[in-house]
Amino acid sequence: MSALLEISGLDAYYGRAHILQGVGFGMGRGEVLALMGRNGAGKSTTMKAVMGLVPPARGEIRFDGQRIEGREPFEIARIGIGYVPEERRIFSELSVMENLSVGQRPPREGVPHWTPERLFALFPNLGRMRDRPGGAMSGGEQQMLTIARTLMGNPRLVLLDEPSEGLAPVIVEEMAKTILALKGEGLSILLSEQNLHFAGNVADRAAIIEKGIIRFTGTMAELKADEAIRAQYLSV
Amino acid sequence: MFDLILTQTLNGLASASSLFLVASGLSIIFGVTRIVNFAHGSLYMLGAYIGWTLVTWLGPTSGLGFWGGVGLAALLVAIIGVVIEVAILRRIYQAPELFQLLATFGVVLMIQDIALATWGAEDKLGPRAPGFKSFVILFDNRFPTYELLLIAIGPLVLALLWFLFQKTRWGTLVRAATQDREMVAALGVNQRLLFTSVFAFGAGLAGLGGALQLPREAATLHMDLSMISEAFVVVVVGGLGSVTGAYLAAVLIGILHAFGILIFPKITLVLVFLVMAVVLVVKPYGLMGRRPVGAARGTATAEPLLRPADRAAKLAGLVALILLAAAPLVTPDYLLLTLTELVIFALFAASLHFMMGPGGMASFGHAAYFGLGAYGAALAVKWLGAPMEPALIFAPFLAGIAGVVFGWFCVRLSGVYLAMLTLAFAQIAWATAFQWVELTGGDNGILGVWPSHWAVSKTAFYYLALAICAACVVLLRVMVFSPLGYALRAARDNPLRTEAIGIDTMRVQWVAFTIAAFAAGIAGALFAFFKGSVFPTYMAIPRSVDALLMVLLGGVQTVSGPIVGAFAYAGLSEQLMKMTMYWRFTLGLSIVLLVVLFPRGLVGGFLALRERRDRSDKDGAVVTRLATEGAP
Repeated sequence: MSALLEISGLDAYYGRAHILQGVGFGMGRGEVLALMGRNGAGKSTTMKAVMGLVPPARGEIRFDGQRIEGREPFEIARIGIGYVPEERRIFSELSVMENLSVGQRPPREGVPHWTPERLFALFPNLGRMRDRPGGAMSGGEQQMLTIARTLMGNPRLVLLDEPSEGLAPVIVEEMAKTILALKGEGLSILLSEQNLHFAGNVADRAAIIEKGIIRFTGTMAELKADEAIRAQYLSV
Repeated sequence: MFDLILTQTLNGLASASSLFLVASGLSIIFGVTRIVNFAHGSLYMLGAYIGWTLVTWLGPTSGLGFWGGVGLAALLVAIIGVVIEVAILRRIYQAPELFQLLATFGVVLMIQDIALATWGAEDKLGPRAPGFKSFVILFDNRFPTYELLLIAIGPLVLALLWFLFQKTRWGTLVRAATQDREMVAALGVNQRLLFTSVFAFGAGLAGLGGALQLPREAATLHMDLSMISEAFVVVVVGGLGSVTGAYLAAVLIGILHAFGILIFPKITLVLVFLVMAVVLVVKPYGLMGRRPVGAARGTATAEPLLRPADRAAKLAGLVALILLAAAPLVTPDYLLLTLTELVIFALFAASLHFMMGPGGMASFGHAAYFGLGAYGAALAVKWLGAPMEPALIFAPFLAGIAGVVFGWFCVRLSGVYLAMLTLAFAQIAWATAFQWVELTGGDNGILGVWPSHWAVSKTAFYYLALAICAACVVLLRVMVFSPLGYALRAARDNPLRTEAIGIDTMRVQWVAFTIAAFAAGIAGALFAFFKGSVFPTYMAIPRSVDALLMVLLGGVQTVSGPIVGAFAYAGLSEQLMKMTMYWRFTLGLSIVLLVVLFPRGLVGGFLALRERRDRSDKDGAVVTRLATEGAP
């Protein structure tokens, strides 16, 4: 079975700054992969490059065997990649229901079909505030909404950019449960994370990025066992 | 008395409807595409002309002919909107704001000549609407039923828009895109289609506004610019992006006009200005507007650093000055006249550049200060009997004082709000010169503004202009590299940080605005004595755009750019005018092509090229240092 997402030799720039320098890793179907590294290492940029939001200068991105680099974000979203940005980017003047409807796409074969009702079962809080404007929600609720909004597109792969950042510990626990539940539905998830504990709870494998270069790939268990790698690339 | 108030209120409400249709379209388009569509007034004009043709052709006496014609006209204008969006705007969504504005102004020029060629210069008297030709008697006053219909159409369209935006998926997407286009795209929405549909919709609204206006007033070639400046006022007063705000503001302006004409026929526009001023002081983002989300500058790239002239540049400047000074010895008279004009325009362009480049405040109405300088000189000569020398000293102060007053409002806003406001102020200055016939002679202008005896000869006046303009340009340059210039650039690049280190950014910008106005006034005063007369056209929108084009052509990011640009542009447009009757079309087309081919400007295009070359050279580890600083 071929990989679901396969990145190789990916280069990306912001102006003159060379952010990604030959990033390459792959992930399989149904897998949760944690892309780890410090602030500014290139985690978000990798996700944006996959999504087409930052144009890759060089390299290949294959999704399900198909090359997608250089395509427009909306095309990439339509072939089944969902993006949950770090800053959440909720439409603050739209209600919860309206936020969900922006994300809505037709059902896709072979992946769960999400409706608002199914999502409210997953995120009961959201179901209680359907008409509330996005701007009037707490950070945790917004984080739930931004995931739900992306799921409305019935993606095969979800890019989750730092889902635990800035959330209260209780909500982080909830977030971990949610990710495991989504994995249970058969969803593949690429998640960027700084928190080793959180990543260890939800991810199967990990890739470590530093200064735009992938330094480690392996299972979560291998990473936990390798003190030196952790000290070198993850400790603050 | 009561009946008078009633009829004037109704009059105001009736004229508000068309204004609302145009302004709401403008506002919706801006919300989603972030483009201020200067050509929106032109679409309104096209609606009126196309409506006139269709209604005449379909038979103005039958209800179907009239309403069918009006509806079809709106539809056709929407289609024209699609053509404009696909052919031009789609290519420049990534370009800097100013270039987008310029491109739409190019469209304005093109449509003006297309309308002239198609419908001729004569006004087209509109047909009356069948079934709405009669009057109703309201408090002993006859009131046309068509006006009542128009009054009803405003709120009707408002309700329709509300439904569309709140209750349909398209409306939800539009509102979402207004807030975060990139996120909408990342969720799988085809932005291109959304943008095109939004533009078509806004264009259709403008077309409908124009066609509906037909039974009230004739279609003319001037309705585009007069409408766009009023629509700008409405949008700024109502709050950019708010449809309800646009309606309230349109009603306010409409009623103000109706009563203004009754009470102070000469100063209706001043009245509008006063109301706008009051609104903006109380609510800087308009009645229903909100502060733009986030102070971040989005995807805009940092401006290249302005550098003081190195030795080579200083030498080049000196050589240019010597050449200009030696020119009268060899050039024939007519060329000397052109040179005088160019020198004056170089100062005009440099004054605009001062506030636009280092100041980051794009003015779409800089001609106001040029014109006020010219009128200042002419009024001093005509009413005070002053000779040239005191008139030249007096004139810039008129422009400078206007700069103090207008600038106070403008620096409270930024970006497109500021640009719109400057344009509105320029229109007010223009209208004052045009309407206040007793003082300014109105359309006939003021004649006999001749220089003193010693400066009458072409050569002498040329040297006078060259000396004054060169001194002023050098002074402006010096100021760019003075503490004031540094503070100004700091305020442009990061207002919050600048305030945090104790600089009053608004005051710095206000001072810069005033200096720019004053310098433009000097250029205007020289121009008045050069031509021997002044006319309201000195302050009209095309002259403001001339200045913008000069600055942009030369490059906003360079200090000497505007001077080069002034020479290039003034030379070009003069040649065009000689060559073809439809010079507006040609000029408009060249602007559009320039913007489409070089979406980052000539200088920007050059820099991008250089950056690409640098990158392939230094590929590798050298730039990783930057990665740690710049990566989010």
